[in-house]
Amino acid sequence: MLMKRVKEVVAFARASVGEVTRGSAAYYRWLAFLGVLLALGGLAWVHQLREGMAVTAMTDQVPWGAYIANFSFTVGLASGALVLVALSYLRRDKALGELVIVGQVMAIASLTMGMLFVVVDIGRPERAWHLIPMIGRFNFPISMLSWDVVVLNGYLLLNFYLATYTLLARFRGRPLNGKKYFPVLAGAIVWAISIHVVAAFLYCGLSGRSHWHAAVLAPRVVASAFGSGPAMLILVLNVLRSRMKVPVRDETLALLRNIVTGAVWANLFLFGAEVFTEFYGGSLHAAPLRYLLFGLHGHAKLVPYAWLAVALNLFSAAVFSIGALHRRHRVLIAACCATIVGMWIEKGMGHVIPGFIPSSLGEIVEYSPSLNETLVCAGVWAAGALLLTLMLKVAVPIEFGGLRMRGGSAEASP
Amino acid sequence: MSCNEDPELAAALERAQVTRRNFLATATVAAAAVATGCGNHGAVWEEYFQQHYKRLTDDDKRAIFARLEDEVRRRRGLRVHISDPAPMRGVEYGYALNLSACVGCRRCEYACAAENNTSRDPEVHYIKVLQMESGSIDVERSDSRYEGPVPAPGHFYMPVQCHQCRDAPCVKACPVGATWTEPDGITVVDYNWCIGCRYCEAACPYFARRFNFSEADIRPSEINPDQGYLSNRARPAGVVEKCTFCLHRVRRGEYPACLEACPTGARKFGNLLDPESEVRQVIDHKRVYVLHEEAGTAPRFYYFFD
Repeated sequence: MLMKRVKEVVAFARASVGEVTRGSAAYYRWLAFLGVLLALGGLAWVHQLREGMAVTAMTDQVPWGAYIANFSFTVGLASGALVLVALSYLRRDKALGELVIVGQVMAIASLTMGMLFVVVDIGRPERAWHLIPMIGRFNFPISMLSWDVVVLNGYLLLNFYLATYTLLARFRGRPLNGKKYFPVLAGAIVWAISIHVVAAFLYCGLSGRSHWHAAVLAPRVVASAFGSGPAMLILVLNVLRSRMKVPVRDETLALLRNIVTGAVWANLFLFGAEVFTEFYGGSLHAAPLRYLLFGLHGHAKLVPYAWLAVALNLFSAAVFSIGALHRRHRVLIAACCATIVGMWIEKGMGHVIPGFIPSSLGEIVEYSPSLNETLVCAGVWAAGALLLTLMLKVAVPIEFGGLRMRGGSAEASP
Repeated sequence: MSCNEDPELAAALERAQVTRRNFLATATVAAAAVATGCGNHGAVWEEYFQQHYKRLTDDDKRAIFARLEDEVRRRRGLRVHISDPAPMRGVEYGYALNLSACVGCRRCEYACAAENNTSRDPEVHYIKVLQMESGSIDVERSDSRYEGPVPAPGHFYMPVQCHQCRDAPCVKACPVGATWTEPDGITVVDYNWCIGCRYCEAACPYFARRFNFSEADIRPSEINPDQGYLSNRARPAGVVEKCTFCLHRVRRGEYPACLEACPTGARKFGNLLDPESEVRQVIDHKRVYVLHEEAGTAPRFYYFFD
């Protein structure tokens, strides 16, 4: 029995290697592009390890920058990716069910990025073992960061289990065993929300930071995740449909589009509510938001960036709401990109940096990432994109191309 | 051949100690040590696997202090003494600062830097003196980079340092328990346990914490050799540090360096549990102000007025 399992896994691994090393010239160009970015980012990280965090633009006044901003956003992508899974589960839709694997691998890739962004952010990554319960000294449940470690790792495990279980079962030509699959799937859907709520609580639990210390933060962050995640899924499914001949139905894309529409509007509404609350009363707590949107005492580095996000979000809200616009393929794709970039600004730097400006002693120290930091970020994104590409390269032929194990060796069906 | 006598390795270790700026160089040496079968040369390994402060025995501590003293001697050519005075029973430290008396001379700030061996380049200070506009106690209208003669007309001064909160948000934030509040109310950091995530910096309402973006740069002649393990001893790059009310002094019954440097007597320090102490007299009989009291962290640091 065990030998049989080992054989299956070996066959699966061999088939996977076969798939990822076979592709068009465009596929190899894409891999080479990601490889270069990854190498640059890796070198930049080594430089940071050697010289210390001084090579970043962070300061004591702004102790979190591009890394944590990207971390927050990628966690959002990871939870948003599960929308597809939730839809197929709730609607018991077979065609949707086949696409579930796409959501799962996207969640895995996004989470990996999120974790890498934390690794590159900490000053002593080699001490990460201090986080291991019993061996280290894990401050659970007091520290919200410890909750984050738990929910992110848990979510990664759940998705990893679901994806590998599904793919292995298909590869072996067996039906999914509902008892082994659906309870975990349901768990993963609930867990998807939790990872983003905890990532929000990380910020709104800090009573000394008025900008984050608001109950609206968690719902806003979840709303934006339901915007950026499905928007990314629409893009990925479009690529799969055109490049890998995956049968993606228009109804599926329409379903995702509707979710993005709702999320974009919900996010804009919550943003408006926040703007009103902060500015109408005119309390001192409005300073960070004023810094973000209008600048403070002549300091306005984030202002053009913040309004770009507002413009992108309004644009995508308009496109997603007006049929004449989103029925045109290119406009829809542009709106998806606008949603992703808009949310990336808003839930990334637009969310993290104003929390520190002005500082708790009223100082204004601005921040924009250094070149080295930017390279490290690009490297992490490349790692995520690479992981996603390779996983899809294996998953798609198994799920849709009939790639099956045959007597210990694997070959693709015609 | 014993590991201690391997001259090549010792030289490599020495070089790494002198020039090392980070753990990578050290890791290389450690790898060499492993490759040559010399596990012992790993002051590096000892440091890497060092347990949390609260799990150390007295023997562990002695070995660690000796190792750290040795490291300073080899790297900086300086003899320092590292001690770890225990908190006194029945003592909870508190601080009171007279806003009517402070003239903004910043002597406390520099005395603190000298006492606590904080980096000179980049300049790291635990105390920030705010020049406030008359008529407002809003820190957002303050200026900490003021120049020229003090006190400037139309202004008053508010030095801010760690408030040693009773409900410290930094302690709650730390995912690895590398920072905690001692029984005498002082919040400390285990510099060998901190992973450098800076969540505590984000959590602090008083801008009291500093991160070692690079290793502290101080001339050996300016290093204060009287060092506490949990306070002013050498901090590695990539970890967080903070004001400890000069723990290594106050637990011996001395005053913090900032208080001794103050020319106007604006700073009062003592035992909050002793009703006769100066700090309690101030809190009980003067008008006090608690900065950012709305953050709910219950500081042990009070401002008062005459």
